[in-house]
Amino acid sequence: MDISAFVLFWAAIFTSNILLTNFLGMCSYLSVSREIESAFGLGIAVIFVLTVTSALNWVVYHYLLVPFGIVYLQYIVFIIVIAAFVQFLELVIERYTPALYYSLGIFLPLITVNCAILGVSLFMIIRNYNFIQSVAYGVGSGIGWLLAILMLAGLRRKLKEKLVPIGLQGAGISLIITGIMALAFVGFSGIVQIQ
Amino acid sequence: MLLRIIQDIALMSGIGILLALIMVIAQRWLSNYGEVAININGKRDLTVTGGSSLLSSLGEKQIFLPSACGGRGTCGACKCKVLEGGGPILPTERPLLTKSEMADNVRLACQVKVKNDIQIQIPEDIFNIRRFHSQIEEIVDYTYDIKGITFKLLDGETIDFKAGQYVQIETQPYAKIKEKVMRAYSISSKPEIKDRIQLIIRYVPEGICTTWVHKYLKVGDKVYFTGPYGDFYLRDTNADILFVAGGSGKAPIKSMLEHLKEVGTTRKMTYFFGARSTKDLYLTEEMRALEEHFADFKYVPVLSNANAEENWQGKTGYVMPYFKEAIHDPQNTEAYLCGSPGMIAGVKKSLINDYGVAEEKIYYDSFG
Repeated sequence: MDISAFVLFWAAIFTSNILLTNFLGMCSYLSVSREIESAFGLGIAVIFVLTVTSALNWVVYHYLLVPFGIVYLQYIVFIIVIAAFVQFLELVIERYTPALYYSLGIFLPLITVNCAILGVSLFMIIRNYNFIQSVAYGVGSGIGWLLAILMLAGLRRKLKEKLVPIGLQGAGISLIITGIMALAFVGFSGIVQIQ
Repeated sequence: MLLRIIQDIALMSGIGILLALIMVIAQRWLSNYGEVAININGKRDLTVTGGSSLLSSLGEKQIFLPSACGGRGTCGACKCKVLEGGGPILPTERPLLTKSEMADNVRLACQVKVKNDIQIQIPEDIFNIRRFHSQIEEIVDYTYDIKGITFKLLDGETIDFKAGQYVQIETQPYAKIKEKVMRAYSISSKPEIKDRIQLIIRYVPEGICTTWVHKYLKVGDKVYFTGPYGDFYLRDTNADILFVAGGSGKAPIKSMLEHLKEVGTTRKMTYFFGARSTKDLYLTEEMRALEEHFADFKYVPVLSNANAEENWQGKTGYVMPYFKEAIHDPQNTEAYLCGSPGMIAGVKKSLINDYGVAEEKIYYDSFG
């Protein structure tokens, strides 16, 4: 792959948004989008974790899994690395920046099971990104995810005052909104193709 | 081939062990807050190892805040004032705190982590609460689903409580239940007996604690409990008394009546006991004997579902309509209610609206 990291970064945000075109990371997207503040907190945590785990998993893959020929175990290894890193991060944040812990730390356990994180690690291997590309793709995907959840949280706030049919309230209307947003984002996809 | 499999397994385990090791070291090094001080009510100072919740840190020092859920942040019983060092209110606490409580520094002790020196305020009564080791001395069947269980205190300990207060018993793991749970039950024996207590426990299908008590607990078993808790206790006044109980709600009332028998009283008392049918009635003879003993005491069982073949001659339906025979001077009447939340709400409303009993003189203990 010879796409520049810069292009990859923007593509991950707009044309190949991890949430709106790959539909990864849906569970926390739906459950934490009730308030803009908490959606923003979770989004920032996702950006941070995505950036670091994509770098970590790239190193683990190329310097551990490939040399020892255990590439087929990548799913399990990636998950363990992500879980351990998130746990570690939670300890560090709780210890050194209590203020950050209260606004961001409580979302960290949620992130371990966010499939967008594993998705980015797997995509960067499938698409053969080098280290710089992987990190750029990680940061971009994180920002894309934040953008998507913020948009949904904003729309849900507006929806509170609107009449929604009972059968569609909650997850139903959220999924319809997400679908429409996804359609809009597909419109970007002609600009640059990365997948 | 085999070698390859073994090699892969070893590598995989190696990665796992390495990460686990990093975590253990990180935990040791990062979650170690050293010794911190908890200052209570501005007088007592405790030194504890930092890093765990306020509830469990206090528990280690033998100070037991009430907690029905065991520290999972769902019951809200462990509220206490944290004046300094508790950090901001967590999202996990918000649903259980009112606005005025938040403004008043009230926190859930099970959610506050003790990471630095901390100043808290708790009612003085709580120092009286201790953890007791006891042995089951006697189990009697009161009805098909209600048992009376006597706990004898071990190590020569004694318990001081007010008639009407409750304790929390700790269950042991049994069958498929792996965790220990804490459940609250009112003491049914009188406070004059200090070396043992009796609890009345009704079997609830699927209930973790009641199943344990009814199906697994035997005479001779050892059980831990903490207590006494609660502000549902007999007030020492001269007012008329109206007792209202349902189901196993007889326990605290039994304690109050036995206590009154011990100290002697001439107060006018009426006791309404609501049950479904005759097979739910128990301790009737004891109540009749008390009627003989006291100057002015009446025991009135009321059945809601008495069917024809039971040949029930007594009162039926709800208890509320029968209060009018018992309440002569509403201004000078205290009511003690114990039963399900629904029953308490109904009786309380009726007492205030239909009979004019003062709200602050209605004391109740509701099984949540």
